[in-house]
Amino acid sequence: MKKMSGHSVFVVDGSRSPYLKSTSPKHAMLASELAIKSAYPLLARQPFSPEELDEVILGCTMAGPDEANIARVVSLRLGCGKNVPAWTVQRNCGSGMQALDSAARNIASGRADLIMAGGAESMSHGPLLFPPNMTDWLGNLAKAKTPQAKAKILASFKPANLKPIIGLLRGLTDPTVGLNMGHTAEILADKFTISRQEMDEFAVASHQKLLAAHEAGRLSEIETIYDWEGHVYHHDEGARADSSVGRLAKLKPVFDKKFGMVTPGNSSQITDGAAWLMLASESAVKKHQLNVMGRITDCEWAGNEPREMGLGPVHASTPLLQRNKLNLDSIDFIELNEAFAAQVIGCCRAWASDDYCKTELGLKSAFGEVDPSKLNVDGGAISVGHPVGSSGARIVLHLLHTLEQRNATSGLATLCIGGGQGGAMLVERS
Amino acid sequence: MSEFTYYKNWQLMVDEENIVHLSIDKLDASTNVLSSDVMRELDLALAEIKATQPRGLLIDSAKSNGFIAGADVAEFKQIKTRDQAFEFIRYGQGILDKLEALPFPTVSLIDGFCVGGGLELALACRYRVATEDSRTRMGLPEVKLGIHPGFGGTMRLNRLIGGIAAMDLMLSGRTVQARKAKKLGMIDHLVPKRHLLTAGLNMIKDQPEQQKLSSLKALASNNSISRLMLARQFRKQVAKHAKQNQYPAPYALIDLWQNHVSSDSDMLTAEAESVAELVISDTSKNLVKVFFLQERMKALGIEKDYMTNKKNPGHIHVIGAGVMGGDIAAWCVVQGFTVTLQDQKPELIAPALKRAKKLFTRKFKQKHLLMSAFDRLHPDHNGLGIEKADIVIEAIVEDIDIKQDLYKAIEPRLKADAILATNTSSIELEALSSCLKNPQRLVGIHFFNPIPKMQLVEVVSGENTEQKTIDRAITFVRRIDRLPLPVKSSPGFLVNRILMPYLLEAVELLVEGNSAETIDQAATDFGMPMGPITLADTVGLDICLSVATILGEKMHISVPEKLQQMVKQNRLGKKNRKGFYDYDDKGNPIKTPGNIKERPTALLADRMVLRILNESMACLREGIVEDTELLDAGMVFGTGFAPFTGGPMNYLNHRGREATLQRLKDLEETHGSRFKPDPAW
Repeated sequence: MKKMSGHSVFVVDGSRSPYLKSTSPKHAMLASELAIKSAYPLLARQPFSPEELDEVILGCTMAGPDEANIARVVSLRLGCGKNVPAWTVQRNCGSGMQALDSAARNIASGRADLIMAGGAESMSHGPLLFPPNMTDWLGNLAKAKTPQAKAKILASFKPANLKPIIGLLRGLTDPTVGLNMGHTAEILADKFTISRQEMDEFAVASHQKLLAAHEAGRLSEIETIYDWEGHVYHHDEGARADSSVGRLAKLKPVFDKKFGMVTPGNSSQITDGAAWLMLASESAVKKHQLNVMGRITDCEWAGNEPREMGLGPVHASTPLLQRNKLNLDSIDFIELNEAFAAQVIGCCRAWASDDYCKTELGLKSAFGEVDPSKLNVDGGAISVGHPVGSSGARIVLHLLHTLEQRNATSGLATLCIGGGQGGAMLVERS
Repeated sequence: MSEFTYYKNWQLMVDEENIVHLSIDKLDASTNVLSSDVMRELDLALAEIKATQPRGLLIDSAKSNGFIAGADVAEFKQIKTRDQAFEFIRYGQGILDKLEALPFPTVSLIDGFCVGGGLELALACRYRVATEDSRTRMGLPEVKLGIHPGFGGTMRLNRLIGGIAAMDLMLSGRTVQARKAKKLGMIDHLVPKRHLLTAGLNMIKDQPEQQKLSSLKALASNNSISRLMLARQFRKQVAKHAKQNQYPAPYALIDLWQNHVSSDSDMLTAEAESVAELVISDTSKNLVKVFFLQERMKALGIEKDYMTNKKNPGHIHVIGAGVMGGDIAAWCVVQGFTVTLQDQKPELIAPALKRAKKLFTRKFKQKHLLMSAFDRLHPDHNGLGIEKADIVIEAIVEDIDIKQDLYKAIEPRLKADAILATNTSSIELEALSSCLKNPQRLVGIHFFNPIPKMQLVEVVSGENTEQKTIDRAITFVRRIDRLPLPVKSSPGFLVNRILMPYLLEAVELLVEGNSAETIDQAATDFGMPMGPITLADTVGLDICLSVATILGEKMHISVPEKLQQMVKQNRLGKKNRKGFYDYDDKGNPIKTPGNIKERPTALLADRMVLRILNESMACLREGIVEDTELLDAGMVFGTGFAPFTGGPMNYLNHRGREATLQRLKDLEETHGSRFKPDPAW
């Protein structure tokens, strides 16, 4: 891909919901509800009316049955009015970042001035599907005209028909290689000889960094949200103050059950959440006198080996940094989505490896080392959680806050994408 | 094709398929009612239509607000004698009989309200089609005027949907949405408005079989034994809310229904006789008066262009998410407004959302309407709505300093034409507005608890409040379907001020050794919806004490020691399950019937009621409300003061001013200066 060109793309504001632990669909909020509750305060504090938006773009991978084109549902329910178009994007874990990229490109090309874009996911509402046998059986039953025919179909029922397909598990499985995302993390652990101890230490650090950020008030991007049962949600629910390497060591591997190393403790948490950014052109910034957080300067998408999907960030970020005359040292802060501890560590190892960089990236030698003090400074998906379609927007939003809080100028947000892809976005604060 | 006579109130035309379209369009009126003029023309029109031998007849309304609102209640006032009433009713019945007997299919096309005589007319058609719009409501609310249906409705509704459902509708007087009417079998088709005419034409062409009662419903409705048994049940139900000597209509309706099982025509005659008796009774006259009081308040919203956009009438910001603030917010949402609800921290807002959900799920049965209500209520702990709101309603603690601090903080953030409204129940507006740069924009909008049930809202103007603000506040109250009562700012405004001496007198009676049960009984015997002791417990004794103290200081009333003791002993009323009564787990008072030794004497009731009358005189003298009518309206709709009396001042007129004054003087002699007649007597 080539560098994004055209008009400047400003980020003027953003918000997100707390990331809530996945629970039963009966109690959990829908993706649309999370999106609406986190967007309302964002819209309410703007000097312009929601009806002045040019469009709304939302990333989401598993919208519910009442959320066809969830972006439009959300936009209408937020009072953006019937004349504001809205569309939904899906690139698995990259959906939230894809929404930002799509918005940024429309502003850069001059097609739009004001776009609200983000990502939302309710992992709790992952679909439970009837297997094909059951669907056939129901169809035949509906077609049967006479009582005799009906009786015949009824008699043909097999209990196995009732075994549901769990949409969430299937969604996290790559059909082309037959591997679950956890398996791909195991493959990276093996490839780069990453130990269980290293992974668990990484996970503990993620929790500690998130808790410290919370203590220090660095998570002002979170909007308190409410449900209709009298509850209030202020914070990310995944953070565990009692997390320790000793405790994590007791957890059993879930993917390679007998001899594997990837456990729920060193994987991203399954959570529900939504995140939004308000993107504006220069003329919109001037017209409404908007406060600028930073600019989205470039974005890159790359494909890589599906069995090693966790290395996607390496493939997307490397060309992105190179064409912008940046490298791992010159960038101030990096948000690399923590799908799995093994996967983040794997990315760092790949960049530091002459062999990998030569054979896979076509470089002459290793791309460089990642300074741990600039990587995921306030924790990541292992502690915050990973509502798949939302995370891409969250890491960009938090990166902008980090640049502001630490008075830095350049940041890289990147993530791996199930199916073997990587996405990477560059932001700049002047 | 034939040419029809010109009618003032009806439009007549015949289409190419020889189907006659008859549209009611009452001359010089915004709403269709069946005045005697309209009925006389209908009679003539029906004869003319019949003579043309059309294929069928469609009846609809030419007015967009609804079908027919019922009889012309204004004409009730002209009815002087029973015979005059009987004659008019029989005449109306005869016209609808002719409609029913037409030899071709007839269909009512109903969009919007279809109540009272309007529904009776529709019932006389062979078929009924209604739109699924939420404005389309049907019912026979005649009992609310102290009568029951008189144009054959008692007979035809019973025949159509069975006695149980029909009597329930007529005895309660409630109206139902078209969706419910379809379920009950009152209409044949429920359609979107675009199909209304098509559906009607189809019914004329297809002439489907008319709806029949299920055999079970028919069994329950149409034999004398089941009616005897059901009638007993109905009487029991009615007696819970209305006493026969005060509200004779429902009892007369039950008698009518019970006694006329076999002959429709006998039932019609009896219906006319019964209504003729009722319509000239004092109760009916007073309830008609109350009806017009309500109409008068409804007509008060004079800012015609204010908040009229149906899809987005405006933005209301409510500060204070307690019971009052939270419920005000939820009620505004139900009425179509977008609301932001603010309090000091999220945890204080969350319980209000839970209560709102209960209200919304009760009000909106369709999923998308329910969702839309949820989407209009925004918890707003940061107060982002202040800048966007058309009206900011303050419902925080009754503390002048805290209220003023809030006003000072938000005034610079308000939209230029935004109204600042306070729900204060006791603090004078002049005191509150003194901190404002622009005191003209402060107005009182004082709701009563529970808001979904209490129709009255006092709109309080202080000396500084500008007329435009008052007009807008009144209009807003109408837009949320409440009844605005304009009152002058003074301690307790109107309703609480008049109510307080009544409650305090009840406490005095208690101190004198009367049981709480006896005192409450005396008040409910008089016609109050709830006894004063139960009422005090429900409001909360701490709140009663606080209001009584504030009012007492300014009006020189002493607060009974007993009330202070109760609060000291932490007996706060229903809210902590111990007040004058103890309360069970469900919050019902545990009353001991044995505590009522004998029927309470008239003196007991008089002591309480006369304090209401005396305070009412004082309020009129001080000009708290404009006139006696509005005072009556305030007391009937704000406190439930015995509606069959027509309100305190109407009651006083019936009772006789001189005699009542004498009684007051006697009480002053025996019980002291709190009965001293106001100078206005």
